[in-house]
Amino acid sequence: MAINWFKYSSPASFYSLAGKMIPFFTVIAIILLAAGLYVGFFIAPTDFQQGEAYRIIFIHVPAAWMSMFLYVVMAFWAGIGLAFNTRLSAMFASAIAPTGAMFTFVALWTGSLWGKPMWGTWWVWDARLTSELILLFLYIGFMSLQAAIDDPRRADKAGAIIALVGVVNIPIIYFSVQWWNTLHQGASVSVNQAPSMATTMLLGMLIMVFASWMYSIAIILKRIRVIILERESHTSWVAELQKKGTVS
Amino acid sequence: MGGGTAKKGNRIMNWSNISEFFSMGGYGLYVWGSYGVTLICVVGEILLIKNRHRTLEKQYGLTHDINKKETTHETTS
Repeated sequence: MAINWFKYSSPASFYSLAGKMIPFFTVIAIILLAAGLYVGFFIAPTDFQQGEAYRIIFIHVPAAWMSMFLYVVMAFWAGIGLAFNTRLSAMFASAIAPTGAMFTFVALWTGSLWGKPMWGTWWVWDARLTSELILLFLYIGFMSLQAAIDDPRRADKAGAIIALVGVVNIPIIYFSVQWWNTLHQGASVSVNQAPSMATTMLLGMLIMVFASWMYSIAIILKRIRVIILERESHTSWVAELQKKGTVS
Repeated sequence: MGGGTAKKGNRIMNWSNISEFFSMGGYGLYVWGSYGVTLICVVGEILLIKNRHRTLEKQYGLTHDINKKETTHETTS
């Protein structure tokens, strides 16, 4: 029985699928958030060097990882939308951008508040911090470019160009700590060698990473439903939704 | 970031009282400044979407009535 996955590439059927998935991801996000914060604050011990300030790691690292990951996903959907002219893919890129920008801002903000006690400065033009700031500008550039163009389809194409060109910045951020000698520390957690972190600290951080994944999926699906309604308002299926008064 | 050495005594839960928790070893401003702004960003994002949804429904409310007027117009003509 071959499942016709392409059925969900039509905004109408994806709209209802997304509606069914949102509560599922929201509940998991809340549970993981509670677990992550509990491990982070009540089980992970005091750090012998940084004392309690290191507990910012439980939102700084997930936010930073999400800011990079969401940009790659956004660029992927923007590329697909550009290549195959599929409306829903482009809508996905527009739905991801605000959440990615939010995580980038949170990564910069929490990093700066962590840097002040530990490095003695809110900001330094360090390779890692500067490339993350450029990432924030890329997100804002993507959103404002799309907002500046009236016709959604042309806005998608223009946005796709920025998204695809900006992808080069992601490896720069990731490897910046190795290519330049940065004030920002190197990767404590990487795929090719064991993490140099205490297990409970690592556990708290990883739970928060999954919590931010679940949150991102839920919030992006919620936003894409609104985008679908906005863009497909001329269609008959949206008109039916209105008549039934279930434009939820 | 080396492993933490848990403090002695019965503080298995890290904090013996609430005020110690908020002072966060003297780094309260930085830790709660980070968590507070993150909370504001997340809640703000959720409210923005809800607001966007409401303006949409109001818009549909309008188009809904326009559709009704149009259909009645057609039937009478």
